[in-house]
Amino acid sequence: MAYSEKVIDHYNNPRNVGTLNKDSKFVGTGLVGAPECGDVMRLQIEVGADNVITDAKFKTFGCGSAIASSSLATEWLKGKTIDEALTIDNMDIVEELALPPVKIHCSVLAEDAIKSAINDYRVKNGLEAIVLEKSHH
Amino acid sequence: MKQPIYLDNNATTPLDPRVLEAMLPYFTEKFGNAASRNHAFGWVAEEGVDYAREQVAKLIGCTEKEIIFTSGATEADNLGIKGVFEMYKEKGNHIITAVTEHKAVLDTCKHLEKNGARVTYLGVKEDGLIDLAELEAAMTEETILVSIMYGNNEIGVIQPVKEIAAIAHKFGALFMTDATQAVGKIPVDVIADGIDLMAFTAHKMYGPKGVGALYVRRKNPRVKVTSQMDGGGHERGMRSGTLNVPGIVGLGKACELCRLEMESEAIRLSGLRDKLESTLSKMEESYVNGNTQHRLPHVANISFKYVEGEGLMMAMSDLAVSSGSACTSASLEPSYVLKSLGLSDDLAHSSIRYGLGRFTTEEEIDQAIAVTEKAVNHLRELSPLWEMFKEGIDLSKIEWAEH
Repeated sequence: MAYSEKVIDHYNNPRNVGTLNKDSKFVGTGLVGAPECGDVMRLQIEVGADNVITDAKFKTFGCGSAIASSSLATEWLKGKTIDEALTIDNMDIVEELALPPVKIHCSVLAEDAIKSAINDYRVKNGLEAIVLEKSHH
Repeated sequence: MKQPIYLDNNATTPLDPRVLEAMLPYFTEKFGNAASRNHAFGWVAEEGVDYAREQVAKLIGCTEKEIIFTSGATEADNLGIKGVFEMYKEKGNHIITAVTEHKAVLDTCKHLEKNGARVTYLGVKEDGLIDLAELEAAMTEETILVSIMYGNNEIGVIQPVKEIAAIAHKFGALFMTDATQAVGKIPVDVIADGIDLMAFTAHKMYGPKGVGALYVRRKNPRVKVTSQMDGGGHERGMRSGTLNVPGIVGLGKACELCRLEMESEAIRLSGLRDKLESTLSKMEESYVNGNTQHRLPHVANISFKYVEGEGLMMAMSDLAVSSGSACTSASLEPSYVLKSLGLSDDLAHSSIRYGLGRFTTEEEIDQAIAVTEKAVNHLRELSPLWEMFKEGIDLSKIEWAEH
């Protein structure tokens, strides 16, 4: 399968690879996927004043499209408030990276990772977890 | 664009220039139909086919009349299995095969199950070999055919063919083997091995695509298959259709070259394979899949834990290899062969198959080692699983969200 140039770019130069302190109350961590399914994403956000995401990091076990989807997600998250971040839809990722139909699940996983990281942050800070709508599986 | 290093010789091999040279006249001046008995054009084509039949027969130790030319191993598998099932219906309806067979065998068996066949799919041990006691226990009076592959395409393990044949014969069943990966790579002798039917193909041994053969034994016992392609009665009525003369000539030449060069080539390739494998298996958390004693000389299948196969292949774009990862197919299921060895899904997802061949050089193997090590290390830096493993977290204790 041929990859789009954007996937290859994110794959070769992944943005924001790394680890934030998961015990910090300003950090939300989302760990989604399963090794048996061939992809696991860990996405972390650091939230500052006014609920603005000041930093985002990821590590992903998966194919090129999964790595690119999570790399792109970290780029988009920085500077957004957590409410704005919740509006990121997996189809936006599909469009930006020109993912083929068999790779749509990678974008779904990235969206799940964002929401899961936000929920982790919310729960840590005494807020209610947001009920996640089942995304486009 | 720089060509990647080709290490996918189990998928297909490049055509040997000597094979091409032998084929070329049969596209142009020697274009006749081998079935045209009344003029020189036909005779010349027939001569080419006859000679090829001898070359093929010599490689596997049979007579020329026992070779049925087909379009490839898939057709040969279909003809052998379906042909035996239809021909020996009176005797029984039971077929035994194994879960690690190629789809050409498995799906043919599944097709026959809809037509009244009872099929036993034997599991394999964790080294990829079948358990002979289990085979024997599965045999019944109704068993007409045991079909077990010679060498496996994904992990290269060689089944105990001679012992399997003996068990099949003890119960009065025929023994067929899909020897696509073995013929031309290791000595295969249908008499010594007790093989009654055998499928193989040209393009895995430096011949052209689109041509293969089914060996059908003519003596002790005389085996018959019902034709699956009706028409002009070619190939002793077992496979109609105008013969692919250039292809058959190419298969013949490919067989001859393999016969002459196999011995030294097997030593050279297993040396290169061992270098590749021993170096890469020294990496932390890397595992060689399949039996390492009984196997083809040119295949290595290695899992690099905590990295995913397709992502890894993308990082190794200088290498043409294949992966047992789901993502290479549309199915999202990792390799059924690796899973049948008892490998967990994550290890199956993390596997890379290196298939060496006649044109593989030591320099290419050195590069392949360097490229693989760099890619695995790069992807482990990106892998949350690797980080967790390094922190001593037991990944099997985590409740993963299936998706």
